[in-house]
Amino acid sequence: MAANNIRHALFCAIVTLIISFPILGLSLEAKGVNITLSGAKTSTYVAIVLAAVAVFVFQIFRDTFMGALGKLPNLNPLAGREPMEQNKRVKLESWLLTGIVVFALFWPFLVSRGSVDLATLVLIYIMLALGLNVVVGLAGLLDLGYVAFYAVGAYTFALLSQYTGISFWMALPIGALLAGLTGMILGFPVLRLRGDYLAIVTLGFGEIIRILLNNWTTLTGGPNGIGGIPEPTLFGMEFGRRVKEEGNTSFHETFGIAYSGEHKVIFLYLIALVLAVITALIIRRFMRMPVGRAWEALREDEIAARSLGLSRTAVKLSAFTIGAFFAGFAGTVFASKQGFISPESFVFLESAIILAIVVLGGMGSQLGVILAAIAVTILPELAREFSEYRMLIFGAAMVLMMVWRPQGLLPVRRVQITLNKQG
Amino acid sequence: MQDLLYFSQQLINGLTIGSAYALIAIGYTMVYGIIGMINFAHGEIYMIGAYTALIAITGLTALGLAWLPLILIVALLCAMLVSSSMGWAVERVAYRPVRGRHRLIPLISAIGMSIFLQNYVHLAQGSRNIGFPALIEGGFNFSADGAFEMSLSYMQITIFITTLICMTALSLFISRSRTGRACRAVSQDIGMASLLGIDTNRIISATFIIGAALAAVAGLLLGMYYGSVDPLFGFIAGLKAFTAAVLGGIGSIPGAMLGGLILGVSESMTSGYLSGEYKDVVSFGLLILILLFKPTGLLGKPEVEKI
Repeated sequence: MAANNIRHALFCAIVTLIISFPILGLSLEAKGVNITLSGAKTSTYVAIVLAAVAVFVFQIFRDTFMGALGKLPNLNPLAGREPMEQNKRVKLESWLLTGIVVFALFWPFLVSRGSVDLATLVLIYIMLALGLNVVVGLAGLLDLGYVAFYAVGAYTFALLSQYTGISFWMALPIGALLAGLTGMILGFPVLRLRGDYLAIVTLGFGEIIRILLNNWTTLTGGPNGIGGIPEPTLFGMEFGRRVKEEGNTSFHETFGIAYSGEHKVIFLYLIALVLAVITALIIRRFMRMPVGRAWEALREDEIAARSLGLSRTAVKLSAFTIGAFFAGFAGTVFASKQGFISPESFVFLESAIILAIVVLGGMGSQLGVILAAIAVTILPELAREFSEYRMLIFGAAMVLMMVWRPQGLLPVRRVQITLNKQG
Repeated sequence: MQDLLYFSQQLINGLTIGSAYALIAIGYTMVYGIIGMINFAHGEIYMIGAYTALIAITGLTALGLAWLPLILIVALLCAMLVSSSMGWAVERVAYRPVRGRHRLIPLISAIGMSIFLQNYVHLAQGSRNIGFPALIEGGFNFSADGAFEMSLSYMQITIFITTLICMTALSLFISRSRTGRACRAVSQDIGMASLLGIDTNRIISATFIIGAALAAVAGLLLGMYYGSVDPLFGFIAGLKAFTAAVLGGIGSIPGAMLGGLILGVSESMTSGYLSGEYKDVVSFGLLILILLFKPTGLLGKPEVEKI
């Protein structure tokens, strides 16, 4: 056994060397037409060797190590405790959410413009993640092309404002409805597919939308994108220094205050905040409605749910449409915030990031998803020097979550009723 | 005559790309056939194969090796070694712990692995695409009296021959060798196979290793054919190969070969007769249509849903 163990450990160490040395240790450089090979820094080689040694040691003591790790949760004082009572938990969660919202309302007036801008982006991601949470977390449909609906919302606003001069407030429902409609049209044929096939089909659909946006130059401007998307107005008041559209007044003149660029940023932030809260509330309601129960029932056991009379297509389609609807919502806000959109913003990676937020937060759990969206968007900004490692860490985190805690950081607790023993 | 030459040119181009797709598709189809999961990171394994091959070629040339076949064979072996190790490691780290859980969990894990590997190469080798030297140049030219010239390059011939060798070797391996027989047994019924004394974990590892090695071959061939590699190079190719695997019937090895060829030809016909920009739309559209109307593919066996 021991000899076998050492052989296995040695093998693992050698594999570590093989997969890391050529890629990390030798880097290709293009100099004109010639390609040269150059070695990496000594520290890289040391790191590679250290990694191999670490793998070797870990594999030798694997059993002892894993055994020790298995005992660790006992050290956690919270591990053995009874789960919190259902209504207490719900109360706590809603208090926490209200607290976050109240804090978020006053927060932008205290901090710099850059942070408010970032916070708007976080709110957009929260909307997207809440929407995807319906599809992936509640209904259990893995949608890898979610960003397509986001793009539909953003491009609807951009194109309508370019051709008809529509305002943000008009575009918001139109963009969301169109995205929802796209979701319904796509969902109708594909939702009878099995889980992993569905994932690939939605991925293919997302790519098709992006390629179309990229190549339909006459309509979408291709890779150059569309610029000059108007900002939202407050009852006809614009936030620019000068009024762009006739009939509108400007915000700072109406209220007789000095012009400041911050007004616009804060206003956009507040709009995003209100929309995110609305999204969360609507979805929260849905979760308690029969349709929400049906989503979860179908996710847990399709055959049982169908034999209880649920229509598979109708239930899945409703989840897919609602998810797409909120993506369209977020897309309109995004277009308005950036003022410029191009297909670059709607690549597969974006879908993967939103999916990662949902997975990290705990599929189905709203509070978890909101916290994960905040973490995933803000952490890379805080650790700027590590920002190039962001996606690397992302990928690794997704794998680790699936291996160790597939239910997410804050998993949703099932509403349950225990039957008391009959006397 | 002119039209015929143009058509055959597209056909040749399509078959070239298609046979390389088939090589990648085998990895998808074998893994799916045995453990029923989509190995999303397979495209990245292929990309790593292409990078390793390029590193080996550059290194060997710098060392002063001049005999081309030797360079290519050594580069091929290096690429296969690194990719296979990677395939093995990925299975051990990301797939084995989640095996047997809900279907979406291995898939999400695989997506994470794919993002991880893409960025691993991106950080180590830079994000810019790097030119792959055209080592095999020249070819046969056929021309009618018109202006259009049909060409069949030596590179394309190399791709055909290499693919043919790999496919034959794989077929022999699967049908004749002990491990191959075990592979077939495991893919038919994994529980029964392990009852009969087959080490299923070893067979699953072997599947990943074989798939990765074939992807590395494709990486070298397509890298040379396209003339450049970059860290995102595997993503689209992986999707295409997956399409090919589904088209032929996922789980079936001859299906993957057939699917690859059909996909390659339909793609090159689209770029030849419609527009090159929409060739990806055609292959994804094809994927969606097959999954909708014939989810078992051309040569696949229908799957019975068991309760």
